[in-house]
Parts: sequence; C-alpha cells; structure tokens
Amino acid sequence: MGIKWNEFFITGDPLILGSQIAILLTMIGIVAGITYLRKWRWLWTEWLTTVDHKRIGIMYIIAAVLMFFRGGMDGLLMKAQTSGPEKEFLTAQHYNEIFTTHGVIMILFMAMPFLIGLMNVVIPLQIGARDVAFPHLNAWSFWLFFSGAMLFNISFVIGGSPDAGWTSYFPLAGKEFSPGIGNNYYAVALQIAGIGTLMSGINFIVTILKMRTKGMTLMKMPMFTWTTLVTSVIIVAAFPIFTVALALMTFDRLYGTHFFTLSGGGMDMLWANLFWLWAHPEVYIVALPAFGIFSEVIATFSRKSLFGYKSMVFSIVGIAVLSMVVWVHHFYTMGASPGVNSFFSITTMLIAVPTGVKIFNWLFTMRKGRIKMTSAMLWALAFVPCFVIGGVTGVMLGMGAADYQYHNTLFLVAHFHYVLIPGVVFAVFAGLYYWWPKMFGHMLNEKLGKWHFWLFVIGFNVTFMPMFFLGLDGAVRRAYTYSEASGFAPLFALSGIGSVVLAAGFAVFCYNIYWSFRYADRNISSDPWDARTLEWATASPVQHYNFAKLPEASSLDAFWYMKKNNEGLTLSDKEIKKIHMPSNSGLPFIMAIVFGVTGFFLVFEWHIAAAIAALGIVGGLIYRSFDYNDGYYVPVEEVQETESAWRNVKGEVNNHVS
Amino acid sequence: MSANLNTSLPLEYQSEQNRMNILGFWIFLGAEIVLFATLFGVYAVLFQRYAGGPTHQDIIMIKEVMIQTVLLLTSSFTMGLAIFEMRRNNLKGLITWFVITLLLGAGFLFMEVNEFIHYVHMGATMQTSAFLSSLFVLLGTHGAHVTFGIIWATMIIIQLVRRGLTPVTARKTFILGLYWHFLDVVWIFIFTFVYLKGLVM
Repeated sequence: MGIKWNEFFITGDPLILGSQIAILLTMIGIVAGITYLRKWRWLWTEWLTTVDHKRIGIMYIIAAVLMFFRGGMDGLLMKAQTSGPEKEFLTAQHYNEIFTTHGVIMILFMAMPFLIGLMNVVIPLQIGARDVAFPHLNAWSFWLFFSGAMLFNISFVIGGSPDAGWTSYFPLAGKEFSPGIGNNYYAVALQIAGIGTLMSGINFIVTILKMRTKGMTLMKMPMFTWTTLVTSVIIVAAFPIFTVALALMTFDRLYGTHFFTLSGGGMDMLWANLFWLWAHPEVYIVALPAFGIFSEVIATFSRKSLFGYKSMVFSIVGIAVLSMVVWVHHFYTMGASPGVNSFFSITTMLIAVPTGVKIFNWLFTMRKGRIKMTSAMLWALAFVPCFVIGGVTGVMLGMGAADYQYHNTLFLVAHFHYVLIPGVVFAVFAGLYYWWPKMFGHMLNEKLGKWHFWLFVIGFNVTFMPMFFLGLDGAVRRAYTYSEASGFAPLFALSGIGSVVLAAGFAVFCYNIYWSFRYADRNISSDPWDARTLEWATASPVQHYNFAKLPEASSLDAFWYMKKNNEGLTLSDKEIKKIHMPSNSGLPFIMAIVFGVTGFFLVFEWHIAAAIAALGIVGGLIYRSFDYNDGYYVPVEEVQETESAWRNVKGEVNNHVS
Repeated sequence: MSANLNTSLPLEYQSEQNRMNILGFWIFLGAEIVLFATLFGVYAVLFQRYAGGPTHQDIIMIKEVMIQTVLLLTSSFTMGLAIFEMRRNNLKGLITWFVITLLLGAGFLFMEVNEFIHYVHMGATMQTSAFLSSLFVLLGTHGAHVTFGIIWATMIIIQLVRRGLTPVTARKTFILGLYWHFLDVVWIFIFTFVYLKGLVM
C-alpha cells in the first residue's frame, strides 16, 4: 500500500500540534470520565443503541453544537487572519483549508443536523405519533451522518484538509491540481453523511404521510410539519444528484476517469452544474424547516393562529419547485450565454415572491397579537429584518448582468451569511429555546438567553455588514490577505471585532446550557409556553412512548382548541392499553464504525483494505435482513405509573413565560 | 406495529408497518430515478467526447447486448410470475420463479462482465476518454444494482424457506420485486440511449 507515515499525521504547524494534543487529551478525558462514573453501560443502552426519535434528535443536536464550535473556530481563525493587512497568522494553504472546512461543516454538519435533530424531536409529537415510520433506519441515518462528520473532521490532523472550497470546483479539486488526499476526505465523508440524510428524507415523508393522528388532514398540519414534509421531498429529489457528483469525483481522483478533468474529454463545468443542482436546493433544505420553526414560535408568542396558513403552504411548495431551477445563478460569469443567464435571473428573482409572502404572513401574525418577548420570540423578531437584508441583496445578486460586479467578492459572502445565519442559526436557537423544556423538562435560562441573543445578533451584524461594503469596494472572497494600500483594513478590523462578539454570544449560549442543566427549576408545567400544537399535549420531558392515548386533531392548532374546549386532556385508566415500541439495536452504531473505517481506507486510497472493510457493510446489511426483532410492548402498569407521575401532580407547577 | 392485520388485503399489505415500508420503498425508488437520471445526464453531456479513443461503433457488440436484454426482460417477467404465485399463496411456485429470475439475472451479469472484459481488451478502459468513463459508470452502476439485488434476493429466499409466507416475508419479496422491475426499466433506457443510439450515430 506504500504508506508514507511522514504524510499521515500533519506536523510542523503549532496550531495543529496544539489541536492534536487537545483532541488526544479530550478523548482521554472522556474515556476516563465515563469509566470513573461507570456510565459505559448507560451510554450504550440508553443512547448509542437507541431508536427513540427524541434521543436521536438530541444526539443530532449535540453533534451540531459541537460542529458549530468547530466551524466557528474556523471562522474566527479566518477573521483573525484578515483583521489586519499582510498578516502572517495563517499561511495561504492553511487559510484555504480553513475556509473549505468552515463551509462544509457549517452547512452539512451544523445546519442540517441541527434542523434534522429538531425535526426528529418534534415531528412525531406534532403529528401525534409514537415514533417515526422507520425507527431503526432513523438510527442508521444519525450514525451515518455522525460517521461522515467525524471522518471529515479528522482531516486536519490526519492527512490534510480539503482545500478547494466547499464547492470544490474542478479542475482545482482534481488530482492534477490537488494531488494530496485532502479532497478525498471531501468526496468520501460527504458521501457517507449524504446517505444518512437521504434516508432521513424518506423516513420523514412516510412518517408525515402515514402516521398523522386521527383528524389531522394535510391542511391541518402544523407549519413545521409542512416544511419538514416539503424539505424531505427536496432531500429525496436533490441528494441523489450529489451522490452521483461525489461518486464521479471519487472516480476521477482515485481511479483516473475523465468526468471533470481537462484532458481526456472531461468537462469541468459539469461538476459546477451537478454540484449546484444539489447545493441550491440544499439551501432550501436548511431554510424551509427554519421557516417552519419561526412559524410555530411566532404563532405561539403572538397568541394567534398563523396568518395566511394556506398561502404559507403554497409558498413553501412554490419555493421547493423554484429551488430546482435556479442553480445557474451561482456561476453566471462562467461562460453561460445571455439567454441562459436571463432565464435563471428571472427564476431567481421569482423566489423572492413566495418568500415575501411568508415574511408578510409572519408580520400579520404578529399584528394585534399579544406578543411575549421570550428568548425564542426575540430570535424570530430579529430574523425578519436581518433576513430581509439577506433576501434583498440576494435579488441584487440574482440579476445576471449585475452579478458580474459582485461575483466572487465579499458582497456575496455577506449576502449568504445574512441569509443563512438569520434564516437557519436564529431559527435553531429559537427552536432550541422553545422546545428545550419538551426535550429536557426544564427551561433554558431566559436572562442568559437574552445575553446570548443580543451579543449574537449585534456580533453577527458587526461581522457581516462591513463585508457588504468591502465586497462593493472590490475585496475578493477566499483571499488570505490584502495590501495596506487597498484601504480595506478598517472594515476588516471592524468585522474581526464583530466576530469576537458573535463568539461571545455563542459562549453565553453554551454557558446557558450548562447553567440550566445544573440549576434550572424542574417543577415546570408540561406546557410552559401555553402553546398551540400537539407536542405540548404530553409530558415534558416526553415519556418514551410519547402518548398514552393518541390525541385527536379537529382543527389547526389542535392543542389550543383541546385546551379551549377542555377536550381530550384527561386520561382514564380504561383508555390505557399496552403500547408497542421498537427495540434498541447496536447495529447502526457498529455500522457507523464500519462505514467510517471503509471511508478512511478509501480516503488514503488503500483499495484492498477498503474492499475488505466494505464487506463489513454487506455483512451488516445481511445481518439486518435476518433481524426479525419485532419490538416489545410497554405494559399497562408502566403506562399508568408514568402517566400519573405527570398528570395529577399536587400543587402548582411553575410557568416560566415572562 | 405487527398487530392489527387487515386480512382483506394482499399478504404484503396487511400490516400498517408493511404499508409504510412499501411506500418508503417507492420513495426510495424515486431517489434512484434521480440518481440514474443524473448518470444519464452525465452520459448525454460526455457521450461524444471520445478524446481520440474508441467510439461506440468500435466497441458495441449488439448481438451480445441483445441477449443480455432478453435475459433481463425475461427475468422481470418471471419476477412478475413469482409475485403472482405469492398472491396465490403458493410458496413452492414463488420460490421456483424467484430462483429462475435470479438465474436469468446472473446470466445477464455474467454477460455484462464479459462485455466489460471485451472492452478492456480492445483498449477501451474507464480511463481512456470521458465517453468511456461515463459509459462504464452508467453500466457499472446498473450492474452493481443487479449484483446487490441478487445477493439481497438470495437472503430473502433463505428466509422464505425458513419461515414460509408471512406478512413480513411477503412484504420483503414484494419490495424486491419492485426493485427488480425498476432495474429492468433502467435497462430499457440504457439499451435505447446507449446502445441503439450509439449504433446509429
């Protein structure tokens, strides 16, 4: 196999040496900690083998927060490097690697798992079901995502990070111009994670179509459920394209084919098209569920039904359709004819219409509402103006002719951060504050939440607003430094300061999680926000079978009307029946390791070892085919005991709505 | 989930979990359509980029391809007969037709491997030109699906022998049937757009 050990571990850079030592110490610390607390068995039976959608969701969210930290560190390093002209904090190569991993991690390993995590926790509850359609497959989805994410993350200490940008355009990303193994990590790790995502998409479509509770017709579904359904459809329609694109990239890099090469008749623009055919819908895959979260949060804290429910549904479907026909706007300047550019300019600007409808619907939902300024609501409020800035600059960029001016400048970078941070990050924070009691049975601290909010929102604006102006002045993206004579220094410095404030906001968020876990009040109501949808019709934290008796939905905002009409809130002993639940399984976790090992060998182009490891994948699938474990029944007594523990509580519970 | 069998429905549709599995598999086939459509798109972009290497006319062996096609189409028919026997609750007939299907599939695969070897002997490898890269990957992806299908089906036959026809084994068989027919449809497109079109160019 010819292993070059001196190229195996990255050496020579003090930053990376520090990370290697930190990773080693953290791993030793975790193993020692778990051993000391004797938590191995608990970890295995309660978490690693779980098929419970809520726990899988929580694991997704934990992974996403960790990846947020990693991607955020990348961002801070970039900001430190560009905070002054001609800085030599990072080398050009190191900077290339960092903006590549920052992009990939933030989109694929932070935004997506954060949202999929919230979907996992909330969707079955919101439609009044006991789990997703395929709980075991759901565990596979998570563990494949996790395997891909970890494989991608080790790249910077073992073998070298990919350095061709998150778009990995050819010919740069090909073997000729990126001869190291860094880009193999991109091709292989994203493939593994992508399989998991595709399976999540299928799982949620079937769950939402087939498992809604009695009375919940499609047009009575909560908005987050609707956006999850449409998002899942986009996942199924778009991810196979990426699967193919990555496979072809792997073939080009590992087996010398000529799909995207300059020689042998290959076509580099084919990659750009395939990539954006997936990556543009991907933007909506992360944006739509976020819109759903805002819809829930705004309706709850405005104490009103969502305004224009039908138009919301039509606009998300419209966005989903349009998301498939705008991909060329990412490369207007790369040789398309004026006719093509005009077509894609029009489709791009059309997206502003349904998005605008949604913005107005949120505003009208708030109009004359009795708004409660909770942390979750603050995120939704800040989202509207920030996202509109992102949206309007998006229309500017969408005009093909004008784009020649903005293309590849920091104006574009500022634009998509203004779309993705308010559109996704604000949303997952809003969702986290909102659904935290549902997940853990206690609230996140509202006071710390406000610190988190203000630091983060101010930091975000200070970081990215200057980048619009830098871009208009001609500062290009992905350049690791600039000259003093360019005059960019003051705005870059301001942006750098903003990023520190942003990071401080994130730190407060982490502290808030820690504080709330230790000190927050556990004696809270199961419905602390006085909310509207069915996930609040059961205990907080939710018992593992979700509902002792499946609720019925007679209208939109089903739980609100249950409370108003005092229907379906009580449970008599006669109504309790034994409940069928799926059994835990260690297979998904083991397969994550097998996939990770196979992927690792493939990255290093050790083909025989990879083929042997791949036999393990086939073996796992065969094992699964013969697995006839049909789940188990939760006995009536256990249900009775669990239900009486949260239902007839004596004394008052605390409602934490400020 | 295994409870509440609706016995008025065909065996594979009787439980709610089965109905969800079958719907989920249809959606998965939708994803597979996108996957193959992308590969066909790539082929459509690259199919005339010979880079000085062999062209369609130089390498295509239409007689062998015709036999492959007949084998695969027949296997789809016999798969239909297998499901028909399953609906008649005839386990023996089901397994017989199932095995015949797999033998036909294996014959197809054997010929495809020979075809690949023939190409390589003629100096037409995956590395020769963009045309051949896209050809090999398109055919290879289909061939890999057939291989996977044969392994999968073998597992299901073992389960049928061991457990007989139950809602669960019937569902597994039915889903494999869907998969097999899907591969057949993909092959029809490959036969038309790769081989026939290649011959008349």
